[in-house]
Amino acid sequence: MVLLTLLAAVTLGIVRLRNLFAVVILGGIYSFLMASVMIVLDAVDVAMTEASVGAGVSTVLMLATLYLTKSQESEPTHTPLLPLFVAVATGAVLVIGTFALPPFGAADTPANTHVAPYYLENSIRDTLVPNVVTSVLASYRGFDTLGEVTVIFTAGIAVLMLLKGRRQVKPGPKRPRIRR
Amino acid sequence: MNLLQEIIAHYNHWIIIFLMVSGLYIVVAHGNMIKKLVGLSLFQTSVYLLYLSPGKILGGTPPILSDQFTVYSNPLPHVLILTAIVVGVATIALGLALVVRINEAFGTIEEDEIFAEDEDE
Repeated sequence: MVLLTLLAAVTLGIVRLRNLFAVVILGGIYSFLMASVMIVLDAVDVAMTEASVGAGVSTVLMLATLYLTKSQESEPTHTPLLPLFVAVATGAVLVIGTFALPPFGAADTPANTHVAPYYLENSIRDTLVPNVVTSVLASYRGFDTLGEVTVIFTAGIAVLMLLKGRRQVKPGPKRPRIRR
Repeated sequence: MNLLQEIIAHYNHWIIIFLMVSGLYIVVAHGNMIKKLVGLSLFQTSVYLLYLSPGKILGGTPPILSDQFTVYSNPLPHVLILTAIVVGVATIALGLALVVRINEAFGTIEEDEIFAEDEDE
C-alpha cells in the first residue's frame, strides 16, 4: 500500500516536470517501484523482467534518444483543461466500476478458479518444471511466445531500417543500438 | 470500519486508475513526443498492475511448486504480463526511433512546431 502511494507520487512528478532528463530518470524509479509492487503481488518473474527491461533497457533507450534530440520540453500552447476533463471523467467512470470488482486478495474469484488450478495441478506431471510461470510460458503457451519473438524481431528490423538512412551527426556517438 | 475495509479492498484499483488516467492525460495534453512516449509507457505499466493484482491471493506464495506450500497465486496473469512487458519495450524502441527521425527531418520534437512547419511548406 505504501509502495502504491509512492508510485502515485512519482507519477505526479512525471506529469508536472518539464525537464525530460528528470522525467526519464523518474521513469526508471517508477519502474523499480513497479517491480517491488510486483514482488509483493507474488509475481517474481515479472518483477525481474520489469526491473531489467523496464528500468534498464527502456531508460537507456530514452536517454539515447534524449542525447540525439532536446532535453527540455517547451511551454504548452493550449490550455490543458479539455484533456484534464477527459482524464478526470474517464477516471471517475472507472472508479465507479471498481465497486463491482472482487476485493483484493480474494481466492474465490472467477479469475482464480477457472483455468489456473489446472496449470498448478498438472504442471509438474506434464512438464517437470516446478516454476509454473515458466512451464506455461514455454510449454503450454509456447506458440504465443513464438508470436512474441516475432513481434520483437519485426520491431528490431523496423528500428534498424529507420535509423539506417539517417545522416551522420558530426562528433556524435556511434549509432545508438536500439535493437534488442 | 466498513468504510475502511472497502478502501483497503479497492485501494490498488484506484491507484491503477490514477496511473492510467495520468498516462492518458500526458498523451493528450503534452506536445513533446518523448513525453508522450513516457505517458504511453505509464499507461502500459498501469495495465500490468491491473492484470497482476486480481491474481494475488492473500496468504499465497509465488507459483513455484514446493512441498511446503499449498496456496499459490495465479500464474496466468504473470505469463501474460511477461509477454506484454517485452512487447511494450519493443514498441517504445520503435517509437523512439521514429522520434529520432522526426527530429532530423523537422529539427524539433514538439508537435505544434512540426504542424507549423508543415503548413509553411
